[in-house]
Amino acid sequence: MSKFEFPTSIISRPVYGTLEPRDGSAHLMIADATGAQAILDVATPDMMAKAHIIYIPKGAEFGHRLRALNPAQYYEGPSYAAAEQRIAKAFGDAKMGLQVYLSGSEGVMGQAQHAAMQAGVPHTAIQTEHRGSTARRMQCVHCKGITEDVATDPFQCSHCGLHLFVRDHYSRRLAAYQGVNIDAEDPGNVPEAKGIYE
Amino acid sequence: MTLQFNDETFRDDYSFHNSDRALKRFPFPFHEDSYMYSVNMEQHQGGPADSIYEKRFDVDEHYVSEMRDRAMVLADDPLRCQSLPHMTLAGWDLLELIMVSKSEDYPDLFELHRDGDQWRWVNKPMGIDDSFTFLDEATLPYGPMEYITRQTQGDFCVLDQRDDNLWMDAGTITTQADWSLDFDLGMNFFEWHAPVPMAHEKGIFVRALKFLLNIQQGAPARRLNWTLTVNPLLDTSPENYHKWGIQKTSMTPETVGAKQHLRVELQTFFRLPRSNALVFPIRCYLCSFQDLTKTPKWARRLHRVIRDLPDELATYKGFIDNRPMMLDYLSQFDDGLPTSLGIWPDLDTEPALQKRLI
Ligand code: HEM
Repeated sequence: MSKFEFPTSIISRPVYGTLEPRDGSAHLMIADATGAQAILDVATPDMMAKAHIIYIPKGAEFGHRLRALNPAQYYEGPSYAAAEQRIAKAFGDAKMGLQVYLSGSEGVMGQAQHAAMQAGVPHTAIQTEHRGSTARRMQCVHCKGITEDVATDPFQCSHCGLHLFVRDHYSRRLAAYQGVNIDAEDPGNVPEAKGIYE
Repeated sequence: MTLQFNDETFRDDYSFHNSDRALKRFPFPFHEDSYMYSVNMEQHQGGPADSIYEKRFDVDEHYVSEMRDRAMVLADDPLRCQSLPHMTLAGWDLLELIMVSKSEDYPDLFELHRDGDQWRWVNKPMGIDDSFTFLDEATLPYGPMEYITRQTQGDFCVLDQRDDNLWMDAGTITTQADWSLDFDLGMNFFEWHAPVPMAHEKGIFVRALKFLLNIQQGAPARRLNWTLTVNPLLDTSPENYHKWGIQKTSMTPETVGAKQHLRVELQTFFRLPRSNALVFPIRCYLCSFQDLTKTPKWARRLHRVIRDLPDELATYKGFIDNRPMMLDYLSQFDDGLPTSLGIWPDLDTEPALQKRLI
């Protein structure tokens, strides 16, 4: 599957690379949906002997192939929120030399990256690779509610109902883009929603 | 000179007003007839008598009313004041800097009595007389940064310095030009400036950061920034944009002079002693077009700057839709005569407007 090329954007917007195998005392790999493919591409038997894979399928069917890699630890969960405490513990328990591999949607990579930074994992030990959905995790600047997997612009806040313009401004602390009311100066004039990159 | 504090509002009925003194000392931000972003920084070591540059933290006639407005904003949205856990010491540094500066610069308004770590702070305009133990949070009603910034005009960003960068790890932000502390908290200098057009390409932020990283204790710096705001609304936050945005469409050719305000930020930079953090006060001054055009030099220049400002900046600053109406208004004053260099009004030397006397 070809990878989506994000258009160049402002400096706060994250950029992603391609996962590469690295030497490490342990390997923590977190992926959602087709992000599994990036892990399949990078995995080596050596790595797997010291690997913990956390996978959120979101309907994709890579679980059995990841499990077949024979990682030291394997977990599959229904959502990032469900896996969050487990991920926080994995980072909290991390020893020197941990390598982190994140792949899949921006929302899952962003949240996992934030959890890693919180736990003091050096950013040089974290790799990311975008795969699959280009939807965004978004914070409504008005009500502060976060909506996962926002694919269109504008979109209606799932918390307060305001129609929001999807900005490129991104907060790593919140692991979210910013949504700002689009019809504040002309109430009711909400353009037709389009894909964010259309 | 004793200050008279206005009883005024920055919302609803907008009773905000500037006295003649305030107009005279308004920090007009354009030193020539055009404007573009630049690394416009200079030392902050006083300035002409009675100018806004004279004191370290300028206290003016709007003080008490501005603090009332801040208290309302914080009651509605406590997330406008946040401090990450490692920033508490910087908060104490800031409290000390402001208390020492204000009690020295305005002894008739503020007093600081120190006996070891037992401090007593008297703020006469706000009717505050508090005793507390320096560096003991339990002895203040708020964290140190929140305590002192509820008593000091202007927004405050407190930046942690590490990895050759500045990190927005604390702040009290209730009078901002449309950016969110809650969203930008934890970002570095380049990240929080990401939405600004043109300046990254010009290398302005790389040079500005280098300058800031080298600011030493006792050698603060300053710069002016500006935007335009319809009505003297202090809280132009993105958080409340869905409520105030509509006001931008409320101007008519008859009301533009009274409603359209130039919003100038005096931004200063101080190194803090214990934490090595940098504090960035952003002091907001508002003035209506109608009042600004009473100063001939400013009337001429404001018209030319607004007229010639690149569309990217007018869009970013949020006034591109209203620009034609503003220009219709401002062009009535511009007689085409040259203007003297520098920001000062030069009332004694600049000729009266030839074009229209109102
Ligand atoms: C450490 C201190 C500083 C802080 C905390 C700070 C913060 C900010 C923030 C939050 C914005 C709004 C960005 C947005 O649209 O979301 C901004 C805008 C801007 N900043 Fe800074 N800034 C600092 C220092 C500087 C310096 C030293 C310069 C110097 C040249 C500068 C130049 C600008 C410019 C040109 C804009 C766009 C303003 C406009 O057009 O209205 N900043 N700054």
